[in-house]
Amino acid sequence: MKKLPLLAGGTLAAALLAGCATGPSPAEMDAKANQLIKSSFRDQGIAKTDRLAQDLGQSACSSDKAPDDATADKIMAEALVTVKWPAGGQFIGDWRTGERLAQDGRGMTWTDNSTDPKSNGGNCYNCHQIDKKEISYGTIGPSLWNYGKNRGITDPAAPATAPIVQYTWVKLWNSKAYSACSNMPRFGHKGLLDEQQLRDIMALLLDPKSPVNQ
Amino acid sequence: MRTRTLIGLATLALCTGAQAQKSTADGIAEYRKMLEDGNPAELFEAKGEALWSQKRGPKNASLEKCDLGQGPGVVKGAFVTLPRYFPDTQRVQDLESRLVTCMATLQGFDAAEIAKTPFGRGEMANVTALATWIAASSRGMRFNLPQGNAAERESYEVGKRAFFYRGGTHDFSCASCHGEEGKRIRLQDLPNLTKNPGDGIGFAAWPAYRVSNGQMWSMQLRLNDCFRQQRFPYPGFGSEVTIALATYMGVNAKGAESIAPAIKRRRRCK
Repeated sequence: MKKLPLLAGGTLAAALLAGCATGPSPAEMDAKANQLIKSSFRDQGIAKTDRLAQDLGQSACSSDKAPDDATADKIMAEALVTVKWPAGGQFIGDWRTGERLAQDGRGMTWTDNSTDPKSNGGNCYNCHQIDKKEISYGTIGPSLWNYGKNRGITDPAAPATAPIVQYTWVKLWNSKAYSACSNMPRFGHKGLLDEQQLRDIMALLLDPKSPVNQ
Repeated sequence: MRTRTLIGLATLALCTGAQAQKSTADGIAEYRKMLEDGNPAELFEAKGEALWSQKRGPKNASLEKCDLGQGPGVVKGAFVTLPRYFPDTQRVQDLESRLVTCMATLQGFDAAEIAKTPFGRGEMANVTALATWIAASSRGMRFNLPQGNAAERESYEVGKRAFFYRGGTHDFSCASCHGEEGKRIRLQDLPNLTKNPGDGIGFAAWPAYRVSNGQMWSMQLRLNDCFRQQRFPYPGFGSEVTIALATYMGVNAKGAESIAPAIKRRRRCK
């Protein structure tokens, strides 16, 4: 018991010496950076500072190194159980509305008025090619042209297509279920789009009548 | 008038058919070339140059003794070495926060009041004009931020962490868009800011005149709008995170030639 303060003092002195020679350790820099990030922002409109609080999927994917396999597996498993399936097993909506949502990049910034999904777009063309007729598309995500056709979907309601339909729903609801550090927003999980909006985007990708599958 | 016509032509040429796809970068380069001898940023440069030597503020003094890191009153070459550590304020400062310090100490303005002023208004508009002129005074020079001071190295490390920090409703970080080569949002090319992205690209282009809204954008405003689009809360003007990010990007851009103030047009075609 008596030795403890001495030991602690010795450790502290060593840490201070090391600090003088090499600067803060990576872990100390992490803590300092987190504290400075938090103190640099303030609430503005709907964008509150609580948006800086990170869940595991965000914090583990916040460096230039990917998380270790165990952490990645945990993120994916936790994401998968968040997925809510659509009411009545109805996965497919209207591809026309889906295209409008895919074009729309609005929502959730401090200049937007509401966090209601109805006021949000899907942002899809910002990162993906979808309908080939739209030449103004981003390249951060893969091309989704012929998404359903390439996967042999002729009837999205047929039992044989269920794995692809469900995979697509999960990807839209919580992209981290399949890729721990996916760049894609978690549209269902974070309340960015509602169930009907997700059905409409599903239709854009999977409906054989959608221009994406011509 | 002449500038207007050129902009119209450029928009038309860049937004028709598949040819737009192939030559996004070429198109921008061509467009910038067209405007080289008519960049509206020059109006802001002239305003900034006049403000530097004008006696203003409660102390009725000019900024001619302001130390931007190269000694009192030295403007040329200052821009390509900022952010850097300043012993008098004992912190790392970027160009804009340093200008506010000088406006407070030399001219008697209220620094906190300026920091609270929205971009484009009042004394904040003057800070932007001053930054535009000071950046222009280093045009053609190469970035070489000092990292000799512990606070400067720490600023870089904090900036790197801020760059990769994911949060908000969409899980975005700076790196979501600016961490890889050759990516685009819609038709807009995205520079990879984790390394030197090349002469006049990324950090080496701001302040810049934005054709889409006719505004002069400082680096602080550029970062502010990135965070808005990231769906983050609002970063304070001159806050630690904004200066650390500038240090990170500025050090990464070592050797890149500054073309600031550049001219920018968003490529949306929508």
